Amino acid sequence: MSGQDFLVARARKWSKEQPWRLYGSQVSILVRNEVRQNLFTRRRIWIYLLALVPALIILIDDIFGRRNIDLAQIEDKTQVLAGIIQLYYFRLGIFFACMGIFTWLFRGEMVERTLHYQFLVPVKREVLVLGKFLAGALVAIALFETAVFACFAFVYARFGLAGKAYVFDGPGLGQLGSYLLVTALACLGYGAVFLALSLLFKNPIVPGVVIMGWEAIAPIFPAWAQLLSVTFYLKHLCPVSLPLAGPLAIFTIVAEPVAPFIAVLGLLCLTIAILALSCLSIHRMEITYTAE
Amino acid sequence: MTPDARQIAFEGVSKFYGEVLGVNKVSFSLEPGITSLVGPNGSGKTTLMNLLTGLIRPTQGAIHVLGLTPQQPIEFFRQVGFCTQFDSFPPGTNGYDFIYSPLRLHGFGHSQAAKLTNEALERAGMSQVARRKVAGYSKGMRQRIRLAQAIAHHPSVLVLDEPLNGLDPMARSESIALFEAIAKQGMHVIISSHILEEVDRISDRVVLMSSGYVVAEGQIREVRREVRDHPMQILVRCSNAARLAAAAFELDHVVEAKILNDGHGVLVRTRDAEQFYLLLNKIVSGGLVEVDAVAPADDDVNSIYQYLIGSDGGPA
Repeated sequence: MSGQDFLVARARKWSKEQPWRLYGSQVSILVRNEVRQNLFTRRRIWIYLLALVPALIILIDDIFGRRNIDLAQIEDKTQVLAGIIQLYYFRLGIFFACMGIFTWLFRGEMVERTLHYQFLVPVKREVLVLGKFLAGALVAIALFETAVFACFAFVYARFGLAGKAYVFDGPGLGQLGSYLLVTALACLGYGAVFLALSLLFKNPIVPGVVIMGWEAIAPIFPAWAQLLSVTFYLKHLCPVSLPLAGPLAIFTIVAEPVAPFIAVLGLLCLTIAILALSCLSIHRMEITYTAE
Repeated sequence: MTPDARQIAFEGVSKFYGEVLGVNKVSFSLEPGITSLVGPNGSGKTTLMNLLTGLIRPTQGAIHVLGLTPQQPIEFFRQVGFCTQFDSFPPGTNGYDFIYSPLRLHGFGHSQAAKLTNEALERAGMSQVARRKVAGYSKGMRQRIRLAQAIAHHPSVLVLDEPLNGLDPMARSESIALFEAIAKQGMHVIISSHILEEVDRISDRVVLMSSGYVVAEGQIREVRREVRDHPMQILVRCSNAARLAAAAFELDHVVEAKILNDGHGVLVRTRDAEQFYLLLNKIVSGGLVEVDAVAPADDDVNSIYQYLIGSDGGPA
């Protein structure tokens, strides 16, 4: 038997020995518990506001600016929407919301002295990481997809039939699909990053700020270094490019264009790699509340 | 060493928090029954329990529980239940869900988990308040709901960190009866407590700890026998106390023989209890003294603990 066959045989044996059904049911219970106990609570209101404020502003603008509808503005508003999504949501909204949601998954339980309950049940720590990550991802994705969809709907609703035609007969629907895909990927990517930071650092805020800086300046680094940036992948999937000038142009630079499916695959691979790092770190984690 | 599937074994276990000692070079093994960890605050009892259940990892050494380690969580935590000292609960949870949710993670289906939850609530005397939020419970109720969670899945090893804290006398007595019942089923019950008299009464063996060291371990009487340096007190209720006291004083190992205030007995302090018992037998068979009762006066955990650890709390 060659070395490769041996490894394949071992992997198959390992896979057969795993109680996958139990893992699946544990993940689903963890997700349910996490969402119910920690994520849809009053303490998370600031995250909902972070997501929904742009939609509310657009809605207010719709209500009070309805008299000045000019069909030629559709293209302008498309640019405004692209700016809101690419500069606000991807750079700030989703970033800070994921910081709030995902760092709290473990660190919050440390602060509230309840993490030991998670470590005293017959659940592999990897399954615990996955369950908590999926719970955070579910909430972040639901929240920001709703917010992005609302922004999109409010932007084009004010144009009436012309807006409808832009969405259903023009490029609108495709743009919406791309935005929703990119939003979901942003939540997964940033979520994995902040989950890992919360397991690696006692105070993940400082490394979070470093990550924010890195995401901003990554475009000036070589292509291989940019592979470690979440926004590198997101930029390739955005349907509308922003013609920014001056220092803000750094946010829109695409040094080497990448095919969309490679960008999706790349971000998913990065997410999985960071989650694997989290799985390794959680094995070193100890319950020492007095040290927190 | 092959881990024994019935034993709990600590093999040269040390735990340091940076430069601070948690426990040092702990080695012992425990058979089924009730084992009490006794020691002052900071002696390492909780550290030992956290090591046993994998909440912290040893700096050195290895721990096996029924042949398993916490690195095999699925098998391990089906066998182990731990009622910690941490008085905190998941936000918004009620008593029922607090027990039911972990049971679902064990892999029990809804009906089986519900059955086990109700059974555990019943055993802990918490059925009536199970649907109330834990945040509204008294300290004793919170203690009991944690105990209920620890026993709900019928573990073979029950680890209880200060389980009698905050309980009223009735609940304390019920909890002790529960521990004894669990131990009688051939399980391991490991208790840490400051309520030494109760621990003494129910323990099959004790582990005495001080400043991170195990200073003695075994059955209480065995431990007492090991403490040869310290005179043991024996109370003899008898008819001719003065005669017995005089005879006792003739023995080298007797350091004190005090006639009781009522004149019907002697409190003897001796370094060799067995030799004293032989003397007593001789005196009794000679008809010089009529003995009503003989009992070790300090053969309990508290006395032994005082002998071993003293007031400074340093290792013996």
